[in-house]
Amino acid sequence: MSNIIIYPILIPILTASLALIAFKNRELQRWLSVIGSVATFIAGCVLLYVVYTEGIQVLQPGNWEAPFGISMVADLFSALMVCVTGLMAMTISIYSLGDMDKQRESFGFQPLFQILIFGVIGAFLTGDLFNLYVWFEVMLITSFVLLAIGNGKAQLDGAVKYVVINLLSSLIFLAGVGIMYGLTGTLNLAAMAQALQDTENTGLVITASMMFLVSFGIKSAVFPLFFWLPASYHTPPVTITAIFGALLTKVGVYSLVRVFTLLFTQDIGYTHTILLWISVPTMVVGVLGAASQYDVRKILSFHIVSQIGYMIMGLAFFTKIALAGVIYYILHNILAKTNLFLVAGIAQKLVGSFHLSRLGGLYKNYPLVSSLFAISAISLAGLPPLTGFWAKYTVIYAGLEVEQWVVIGFALAVGLMTMFSMTKIWMGAYWSPLPDTAPVVADKNFKPVAGAQLIALLLPTIIIAGFIVVLGIFGEPFYALLFEAADQLLDPSMYINAVLNP
Amino acid sequence: MTILAALLLIFSAAFFGPAAAKYLKKSSGWVLALVPFTVFAYLLSFIPVISGGDVVKESWVWVSYLGVNMSFYLDGFSLMFGLIVSGIGTFIMIYGGGYLAADSNLGRFYFSILLFMGAMMGVVLADNIVALFIFWELTSISSYLLIGYKYEKEDSRKSALQALLVTGSGGLALLAGLIILSMITGTMEISEMFGQSGLVAEHPWYLGALILILIGAFTKSAQFPFHFWLPGAMAAPTPVSAYLHSATMVKAGVYLLARLNPVLSGTLEWTYIVTGFGAVTMLVAAWLAIAHTDLKKVLAYTTVMALGTLTMLIGMGHEYAVKAVAVFILSHSLYKGALFMVAGTVDHEAGTRDIRFISGLRKTMPMTAAFGCIAALSMAGVAPLLGFIGKELVYEAALSSVSFPMVLIGMAVLANIAVVASSGIVAIRPFFGEYKEYNNKHVHEAPLSMWIGPGVLSVLSILFGILPFLIDTAIISKAAGAIAGTPDLVVSLKLWHGINAPLILSIITLLSGIGLYLVWNKVRESGAVQAYDRIMGQGPVKGYEGWLNGTLGLAAAQTKFFQNGYLRYYMLCIVAFFVVLVGYTMLVKTDMIIVADFSDIYFYEWTLAGVIVIAAFAAVFAGSGLVAIAALGVVGYSIALLYILFSAPDLAITQVLVETLTVILVALVLIHLPQSKVKVSMGSKVRDGILAGSLGLIVTLIMLAVLNTEFDPFMTDYFAENSYVVAYGRNIVNVILVDFRALDTFGEIVVIGVAGIGVYALIKLGKKVITKKEGTTA
Repeated sequence: MSNIIIYPILIPILTASLALIAFKNRELQRWLSVIGSVATFIAGCVLLYVVYTEGIQVLQPGNWEAPFGISMVADLFSALMVCVTGLMAMTISIYSLGDMDKQRESFGFQPLFQILIFGVIGAFLTGDLFNLYVWFEVMLITSFVLLAIGNGKAQLDGAVKYVVINLLSSLIFLAGVGIMYGLTGTLNLAAMAQALQDTENTGLVITASMMFLVSFGIKSAVFPLFFWLPASYHTPPVTITAIFGALLTKVGVYSLVRVFTLLFTQDIGYTHTILLWISVPTMVVGVLGAASQYDVRKILSFHIVSQIGYMIMGLAFFTKIALAGVIYYILHNILAKTNLFLVAGIAQKLVGSFHLSRLGGLYKNYPLVSSLFAISAISLAGLPPLTGFWAKYTVIYAGLEVEQWVVIGFALAVGLMTMFSMTKIWMGAYWSPLPDTAPVVADKNFKPVAGAQLIALLLPTIIIAGFIVVLGIFGEPFYALLFEAADQLLDPSMYINAVLNP
Repeated sequence: MTILAALLLIFSAAFFGPAAAKYLKKSSGWVLALVPFTVFAYLLSFIPVISGGDVVKESWVWVSYLGVNMSFYLDGFSLMFGLIVSGIGTFIMIYGGGYLAADSNLGRFYFSILLFMGAMMGVVLADNIVALFIFWELTSISSYLLIGYKYEKEDSRKSALQALLVTGSGGLALLAGLIILSMITGTMEISEMFGQSGLVAEHPWYLGALILILIGAFTKSAQFPFHFWLPGAMAAPTPVSAYLHSATMVKAGVYLLARLNPVLSGTLEWTYIVTGFGAVTMLVAAWLAIAHTDLKKVLAYTTVMALGTLTMLIGMGHEYAVKAVAVFILSHSLYKGALFMVAGTVDHEAGTRDIRFISGLRKTMPMTAAFGCIAALSMAGVAPLLGFIGKELVYEAALSSVSFPMVLIGMAVLANIAVVASSGIVAIRPFFGEYKEYNNKHVHEAPLSMWIGPGVLSVLSILFGILPFLIDTAIISKAAGAIAGTPDLVVSLKLWHGINAPLILSIITLLSGIGLYLVWNKVRESGAVQAYDRIMGQGPVKGYEGWLNGTLGLAAAQTKFFQNGYLRYYMLCIVAFFVVLVGYTMLVKTDMIIVADFSDIYFYEWTLAGVIVIAAFAAVFAGSGLVAIAALGVVGYSIALLYILFSAPDLAITQVLVETLTVILVALVLIHLPQSKVKVSMGSKVRDGILAGSLGLIVTLIMLAVLNTEFDPFMTDYFAENSYVVAYGRNIVNVILVDFRALDTFGEIVVIGVAGIGVYALIKLGKKVITKKEGTTA
């Protein structure tokens, strides 16, 4: 039993509650949110440290022993995800100080933001299949409200697509939970995994696993289930897009990794081959989608899809090095993609647009912003020596090791296209001269962001860029974590024992 | 000092580049040149060790889990390359400082060029293949930044992208190739791969790994048909062209081939592919050079020619060939580095580098003219310069080739004839004849910073040519030995070998070259040469552009197809995917024996089931939304009745409440919505019907199958036992909700709360729009 797990969940919901109490006081809400987010990040780091030094941590809320109560479990994979979620909460909440408008904040942006973090961290820490569903619901309703409270036409249109498709996912998930409960008699992941070890109904289990694949596949935006993402992510303010892009799909990927390492390993030749088949078109369709766009946010949104493909591919390889690579890829993508969204937001506030045709001159006029973009873009494109290279290298290596030549061929080609998309933004927004259509030139009312507001926007991107560089160059301790996390995933008995035989 | 420290010195200097440009202004180039010069001196100090037959190794663990080390391997070959990179780098810093003195982007130039320098040193010194690859890609990135130096010009941006995409795609192939090679040999250190060539050559993955590595090397070193990016890269400022695109980076591919020669060579595939591509590149590029009047273009194509020559030599792999490689790399770097700098100086001072518009500049810029001529003589292979020795060795190597010696020597002579003519073009045309200036720009001699580099390099061309013993045992022997994989190879270079076949060929080459130069204007303007340039020079560019546009077209089309903006298609696609995936899995993985026992179903249960089915159909076929929602209400209430029949009254109550609210709310909304009549074709109705029916059928079958399995009720039992005794509640469902699984309930309460905030916000906002930004639907 370990209470350490509860803090990363408790802090955001407590912050949200306090912010709700201070509903009319915008200034107080903002600072509560930043302080709460910093505390969440610290709690996440402490959790990671404890899990790394003392092993998997388990908490039984209400002291109901497993598998009868709901177990909260933090293995290294979970702890890493919680930690990076805390980092995102911290940086993006600072960013929101410079980005978020008065109206949204007076309709509860800050508490909603905290509740979203609460939901995401809950999903990472739960050891119970139905409880995971509840966290998904928390995330879904919160993200829907965050999407919808702009009231613009495009935004409502995106929000409707988002919520309808995600509700379908929830429905399939719930049906899957029911089936798994019927087959194993329990909802506790550890107990379920144990029961599945000697189940006679392998066929039904695999069939059910495909339902989870579809449900979590929608959440992670894999091909051909990704439509909601490019339809909605470019519509809200950058702060919201950034937090969505950072975390929502990753919860889906996390869930896929969790169930396809802990629960559904009865017939890897079948299930993981299907994962592999899904991963390739996900990578390709996503990157081609990005290549066809000229709105920076849309380019980045399609890239999320593409890179989910790499993660699923690593999961499909299902070796230790591959799983380490998957976790690396998830963490790297959270850092790089979020930062790209944040920098795109800064560019929009400096020049006035997200569209490449109305952007330009950033390299000439804003070297710091350019470096921040360059670091994140080089990383996302998988070029050395930053995180993106190591993430890509690790999964590519794993794929060659299991002799998946064709799949790796696609993965490498997609890497080239990713690089192409990043240069497209670089050349369009940074190298090109400032066009006359740019609002900063054309619109007399447009004032480039400056002063304290600019600092609030820059500080978080500098922090994230710092992580990208440091993790890329000093990889050894980080890989130590990843390989141990992969060990835990590949040997479910550690997880099962930690929960059931404390 | 260690090798790593030397590298870090260069990299960290890069970050001081902008500050140096800002505060040191004119002297910044001289000061920054101290960095490569320090490294050059440091590497010189290894000559006694290396020429004594030792190699120097250095290793730091980087990521042990992946076998990645920051390890270095210094032998004769990497030492020679390291000296070239740091030595020419020294003069490039000085030259760049002068050339770009008035440019506001000088700081960025310093940053990128030092970043490149560090990366290039890394490429030639790395032992670990991952470290090598990392440096390799870093050179591509810095090359991209440098080609795009004049970033506001579209042409620069395009060329930068072209170079990046070509070398980048090669880089990806190289990565795969190197990993496969490491899997074959079981090591990531190149020095540990030496001696495993037998194992490598017989491995079934050999050919695959070889081709992938060759793609990497050929794209980087601009081999045919990837040669087009290098002339394009001439959009970069001249110091960059001199350094990256002639003396160093483009030789990285050649370096890699030579480095891996002891591991990969010795097979027919190696010999034919490498020699073949090299020879073709050599010949094609040499004759492209004479089709141009832009000094840098001419030099770029002769550079490609030189790279082709080197590749060809490496493919042959015999003793003469490796000797020729070592000498030719050095001689080419010396004269080509000098020539590029001279071309840049001319451009800088005269305002153009098109030789149709300038001539006779020797009068006003004597130093530049003198050094340009010396370097050009070396390029033409005239004795007693180092270029002469290099070319003699190339001919000797071609003559002693095992396969097709006659073809290869023919190609080499033909190519070199064009090179001789090119030498005349770049040295005689601008400097001799009548003085002619461009746009009335008066031409002055360049400052010291801009002629000292060419000066030193061309003097070295003479010095090493006349006194070849200065370098043969100290550097060339060990470099050639390292390429061949036979470290004790001895090379003694001589200017005079007596009258032999290579000498005669040299004389023929020189005379024919001079002849070609004399008729150059006519030849260049002739239809044949123009057509040749269109096909061999522009053709691959067209191919590249076609590929790029094709990919973008495909991207646009597929995105329009998949992300078409209609929610109904998205749903359709998702449901279809579910039906196929889950349905197929169910069919192949389960035996689907469902024992259905209908005997204990009462007639009123049948009736209810019937009502549900009929109501569901009514909802689907209803003409108006209101009827449909009423029919769905019937379904809901009937299910509530079923709950009552199966003794779950609290569920039934919940169901009735939810159903009532839903029907009322949806009906209220529907009344306010405009009645839209959507025409749906019969075909789509049938398609949707089949999909929906299949979905329902699949889920039903799975449910039935699960009900057929034996359920383990240990949880239920536990709850029943403990809910009163331990949790003090008589209603088990309630106890589960508020105690056993209170966290779920907590989460759901949050959900309701958030929904409340959302409703509040949307109502308060009314029709007010917060953001009306440039968003579109998708």
